[in-house]
Amino acid sequence: MTVFVIRRFLQSIAVLLVTAIIVFIGIYAIGDPIEMLISPDASPAERAQVITSLGLDKPLWQQFLTFAWNALHGDLGRSFVFNRPSISLIFERLPATLELTLTGLVFALVLGIPLGLLSGLKPNSATDEAIMTGSIFGFSLPSFWQGMMLIMIFSVWLGWLPSTGRGQMGEFLGIRSSLFTLDGLAHLILPAINLSLFKLSLVIRLTRTGVRETMPLDFVKFARAKGLSEKRIVFVHVFKNILVPLITVVGLELGSMLAFAVVTETIFAWPGIGKLLIDSIMRLDRPVVVAYLLVIVSLFIFINFVVDVLYSLVDPRVRLGDAQ
Amino acid sequence: MTPILEVKNLSTHFMTRRGVLKAIDDVSFAVGQKEIVGLVGESGSGKSITGFSILGLVDPPGRVVSGQILFKGEDLLKLSPAAMRTIRGKRIAMIFQDPMMTLNPVLSIGTQMIETVLAHGKVSRAEAWARSRDALGLVGIPSPEERLDAYPHQFSGGMRQRVAIAIALLHRPDLIIADEPTTALDVTIQSQILFEIKRLAAEFGMALIWISHDLGVVAALADRIMVMYAGKIVEAGQVDGVLTEPRHPYTSGLLSAVPAAVPRGEPLRPIPGFAPSPLSRPSGCAFRDRCARATDVCATEPMPEIAAGREFRCFHPHLWSVA
Repeated sequence: MTVFVIRRFLQSIAVLLVTAIIVFIGIYAIGDPIEMLISPDASPAERAQVITSLGLDKPLWQQFLTFAWNALHGDLGRSFVFNRPSISLIFERLPATLELTLTGLVFALVLGIPLGLLSGLKPNSATDEAIMTGSIFGFSLPSFWQGMMLIMIFSVWLGWLPSTGRGQMGEFLGIRSSLFTLDGLAHLILPAINLSLFKLSLVIRLTRTGVRETMPLDFVKFARAKGLSEKRIVFVHVFKNILVPLITVVGLELGSMLAFAVVTETIFAWPGIGKLLIDSIMRLDRPVVVAYLLVIVSLFIFINFVVDVLYSLVDPRVRLGDAQ
Repeated sequence: MTPILEVKNLSTHFMTRRGVLKAIDDVSFAVGQKEIVGLVGESGSGKSITGFSILGLVDPPGRVVSGQILFKGEDLLKLSPAAMRTIRGKRIAMIFQDPMMTLNPVLSIGTQMIETVLAHGKVSRAEAWARSRDALGLVGIPSPEERLDAYPHQFSGGMRQRVAIAIALLHRPDLIIADEPTTALDVTIQSQILFEIKRLAAEFGMALIWISHDLGVVAALADRIMVMYAGKIVEAGQVDGVLTEPRHPYTSGLLSAVPAAVPRGEPLRPIPGFAPSPLSRPSGCAFRDRCARATDVCATEPMPEIAAGREFRCFHPHLWSVA
């Protein structure tokens, strides 16, 4: 286990370094932020002064080395636009995105697993057909369109739920979140549903496939021959086997939900990091974009690490220490 | 002596898209108390399905369509699923063919044993644990306390089969159905397991149905033998009699295809042709296309004949001088 953690840590550093290089070069190639930052009628002297103050007069490699050196000291640069440390901009917005993503994920799991079980245990029944057809919609309708439809139905026509913003926030154990007030919850429902619909379909299908693959196996028949109740067979014997693929995929999807909450946050004007990213790319605010991507990559690495540990807990055949 | 299990006119059919597959067709037999019965046949003859039918474990689209399965006089086919569950694993236990597949890979051996104890009665966890440990010791697994915490992948095939046997023994059932439990094992392990099962069956007075395609194994173990072909029992009787003086041509065909049964140097004589597809079995005797003794009369269904403790379905049985 210790060996596993150390090795994983070293790999993570390499991944972060490579990402930083790629992102840095990529954003450099997109365009010159000076055009966005300085008004066209500024004098050449003013121009030169801004360029030097932002360090944009130096060659790319030197800019990168300066960035990397500062990053090692916990400084990911200052936003060109807000003139504040980009990392604090991101951490200000991260809770909103985490709240949205985790709510969406819980929603996808809490609904998806039972529906998948229901579907897989009675294959080709009317229930199964209905659930499967429903999940096709979740898969195939584009997320932005789903979002607009949700707003149209529940906010415009029915007027039940608000369509923009994060609403009132409450505080609980020192965490400020919309989860702790009714108004906040009302604001959270639509975006969370929008973000989770695709994942919900995925979880349904994964669970269903898992059940269908596991049920005909010998150990299920043997469990029946032992006289176990059907409940125990499904919820212990079958379910624990399904958990392995489910954890893998859900882990990966959690990362992508965090990274791609962009669409949902834009539609519902949710003040999270996705919206910050879009705004920063528009304004060519390089430090924020780079910092954002590094934070997301770190989150991915962390989630993958947690998935691997969970994996070894669920499946005794996985031994983290002796991996070659 | 009343038999512990009496199967009467049992038919299990599979409703497939290509038609009705008669996996078992009108099978009748009885198993006495403490008796070891060998059920022999080729792949697809219906011997495993017979075992699963008794326990009510036939998977859809299969279904027991007719017959009676009397266990201690009670018809298992008439029991509710809940009542059937109390029989499974407690009064009738089963051991499966492939020990690599019968244990759940993500649950510890202890969990899988303790749950079996708890499924059939209110006992404390500690007592269930103790009974599981004792059962493991009984089947010759060293240091059973520690092994209860282990997972199936930490055991060899032979050891896993011992675990499966230990699970089957937990409730001291009246009958154990063993579906080719040694087929997937090495020959040396095979004979050990065989010996263990025979010892334990005698010790606890359990009856045993031993399903196998291996005549040698059955000869070493069983009191009585039943030969299945194309979903029917074609011959049944005491082991010695059936193996030395087979009446049904299929039984004699099987015997002359076994290496050990043929004198050294003489060629083996395989049975010509193939077993008919269970979807399109010929009318009458299903063996007649492969049988040297077949005549026109074989196109009609042969009824079971009973002579001198032997039962067979054939119009032209081998005749042996009655001593």
